[in-house]
Amino acid sequence: MTLEVVLRLAGITKTFGDLVANSGIDLTLHKGEVIALLGENGAGKTTLMNILFGHYVADAGTVEAFGAPLPQGNPRAALEAGIGMVHQHFTLAENLTVAENISLGTSSLWSGRLRLGQSKKRIRQLAEDFGLLVDVDAKVGNLTVGEKQRVEILKALYRDARILILDEPTAVLTPQETDALFETLHKAVAMGLSIVFISHKLHEVMAIADRCLVLRHGALVGEVETKNTSREALAEMMVGNKVEPPEVAPIQVGATLLELRHVSTPDMGTAPGLQDVSLSLKAGQITGLAGVSGNGQAALSDLICGLGLPEQGQLVLDETVQNRWNPRDAVQSGIARIPEDRHHTGTIADFDLSENAILETYQKPPMSKRGWMNWSQAKAFTESIIATYDVRCPGASTKIRLLSGGNMQKLILGRVLEGNPKIILANQPVRGLDIGAITYVHNQLLAARASGAAILLISEDLDEILRLSDVIHVISEGKLSPEFPRGTKTPAELGLWMAGQGFEGEDNCAA
Amino acid sequence: MRLEPIDNPSLARKIALPAAALAATIIIGSLLVLAAGANPFATLGLIIKGAAGSKFALLETLNRATPLIFTGLAVAVAFRAKLWNIGAEAQLYGGAILTVVIGTSALAALPSIPHLLLMAVAAALTGAMILLGPVILKTRFGVDEVVTTLLLNFIMLLFVSYLVEGPMKDPMGMGWPKSERLANEARLPRIVTGLRLHWGFALGLIAAMVVWIIQTRTTLGYEIRAVGHNPAAAKFAGIPVNMVLVKTALLSGGLAALAGYSEVAGLKGHLSLDLSPGFGYTGIIVAMLALLHPLGVVISAIFVAGIFVGADSMSRAADVPTYIADMLLAIALLFMVLAILLTRVRLVRG
Repeated sequence: MTLEVVLRLAGITKTFGDLVANSGIDLTLHKGEVIALLGENGAGKTTLMNILFGHYVADAGTVEAFGAPLPQGNPRAALEAGIGMVHQHFTLAENLTVAENISLGTSSLWSGRLRLGQSKKRIRQLAEDFGLLVDVDAKVGNLTVGEKQRVEILKALYRDARILILDEPTAVLTPQETDALFETLHKAVAMGLSIVFISHKLHEVMAIADRCLVLRHGALVGEVETKNTSREALAEMMVGNKVEPPEVAPIQVGATLLELRHVSTPDMGTAPGLQDVSLSLKAGQITGLAGVSGNGQAALSDLICGLGLPEQGQLVLDETVQNRWNPRDAVQSGIARIPEDRHHTGTIADFDLSENAILETYQKPPMSKRGWMNWSQAKAFTESIIATYDVRCPGASTKIRLLSGGNMQKLILGRVLEGNPKIILANQPVRGLDIGAITYVHNQLLAARASGAAILLISEDLDEILRLSDVIHVISEGKLSPEFPRGTKTPAELGLWMAGQGFEGEDNCAA
Repeated sequence: MRLEPIDNPSLARKIALPAAALAATIIIGSLLVLAAGANPFATLGLIIKGAAGSKFALLETLNRATPLIFTGLAVAVAFRAKLWNIGAEAQLYGGAILTVVIGTSALAALPSIPHLLLMAVAAALTGAMILLGPVILKTRFGVDEVVTTLLLNFIMLLFVSYLVEGPMKDPMGMGWPKSERLANEARLPRIVTGLRLHWGFALGLIAAMVVWIIQTRTTLGYEIRAVGHNPAAAKFAGIPVNMVLVKTALLSGGLAALAGYSEVAGLKGHLSLDLSPGFGYTGIIVAMLALLHPLGVVISAIFVAGIFVGADSMSRAADVPTYIADMLLAIALLFMVLAILLTRVRLVRG
């Protein structure tokens, strides 16, 4: 392509502790082009864009906009260079009007009065040019999600953005709103703007982008012209195709230990709740739950963890329907719970290892008796976890926030696995861990499987699901796919289910 | 400029920063004294002498510290669970009312010790009930307890005003707005005969020990700390978060009410509107200076009381208003909060 290059990223590398979020990523964007940045959650898309926009400083690499190097860590410089970002989570003041939100920060703090009249005129003109219908005098708090997004885009355009970055813009939109958004983007490109479109929805990427860049585990794994590729090829690139042959010995599957019968739960914010989900977890079997994040995994995890009863349907444990269900009931029913967020739900940062190790068992002997804590028991228990699970730490009285993610996770594993649980819920158990810790956690899960535990593994990493699971379900929009036994679906096929295809019934067969 | 957390603050940092806060307080306090036209060194000397220079001064300081120990503990207990009880003043007056009601009732025929115990229990229960309302509103409907507990202070003060002008007014009180005096059996005795220090102070020390034991040795203390540090993780682990908040409120309200009990039964002997010169609010300063540690509360209560008593005595000798005590405390608190923040974060450029 001989068109003018408007944006060039070279060798961008960024690590957070042990986690490599971006490694040596190159990207070029031409005038009037739409590129899609494709990848699973945690693949590093948002990190890359945050570096570009100056929210993060890269460990290595350079950013050039319109031929001039862009200083890093400075959003204002990015704005002045003509880069506008529309975040996944809107950054609007709900109590101000559309016009106020858009002109916010564009006039000097000392000018004393707002010239909203001129602003409004310009906003209306922009809205008309780009097909972004919105009432400039409406309070942002009263707008729909789609309208708020239009305000965000107008905000970027108002600041003369020539490059628009849209971070998962369709995640919160209805299909009709998505169509309208795409029309706007086509108009913008026709006017010479360039667009980076971040998504993991394949059909949208195919519809809007000229070129696709695929990220996986922080690295750029593919770059293709949209017209030369297919959804299937992109899905394969996105989830990886390097599934090693299962190192998992077959095992006699036992009784159903936990069952969900036609369960529905309320929506959680923008994430859907469960919709008529039926699922059984059997002894000696790992059930993998694949899916793009925010499709009902949190609702399912919360339900099994005891944070709520289903709105409809039944939760059945050992063939008994549960009518009372709270976290303590779940623990006492022998469910080991490895939460998604080990920093904020799994542990208490300012507690030491002992205090964290007994969080679920402190209220009964031997950890306490008639309301009195037995700290020496707690300490002995913690020390045995430290030894058995190889938790690297200065000692049981270290504050847990000083531990690395992997060691924190090992302590959680020790806490929940010490009682030989019958059922294990592992929600993203290796997210953000290094390879060594990942292997360790996986081996622990496999060992629990060998000793007859029923395991539900929730993960956005398809490789992980494929490697460990005896059966796989895909979750999308709160609905559960049929059960796919090991080896019956390719990653690309699962990728399509993850993108929401197949649920309507036309290709709804298990094998 | 931004703040960057420090993972493991060094001991030097933990000692140097509060010391610097104290030094800064003294420097700014001295400037204020200079502005008032007096010699800062002499004034500081007078404050220290007034607070601890004689047996009389020291006992006066300990007497003044007594209600502050109770309100400080009340605040420390609640704040540990991130339950922002700003209403220790209301709970104090609630305790004082019940102390007077029982101390002047027909129950006065009881022997002294059961009578005193009954008064204490009734006072503590009243304080607990006063905080129960705000905490239920918080757990049920998400009503901000800062607002409700703060506003209850004014409601309570007006209620006390009504009581001492109306139903509880002492008929022999020459028209002054105060209640009848307690029977002699209903008064907390002096610890040592002849010295003006009553058993309320000892009770305060015991309360501090009990709170410390609850916090470190019991499941309730563990739950309170867990809920305060991270309610989401506590809930996930199965800790009944709302129940823990209710229990915390009962403990906190009860402790604050004991301040009222101790002031009435130990010192004043009757209920009036000047029973507390803001002990409930000062309790917040006491608790914050003690970093919410129950034993630290005793020390910081004595320190704060010392500044008040010392400043009183100083203002009689030098020509500096007693308001200097409030200013010194306010400055000390601000610097101490800053010092606490800076032990855990550092300022970095960029």
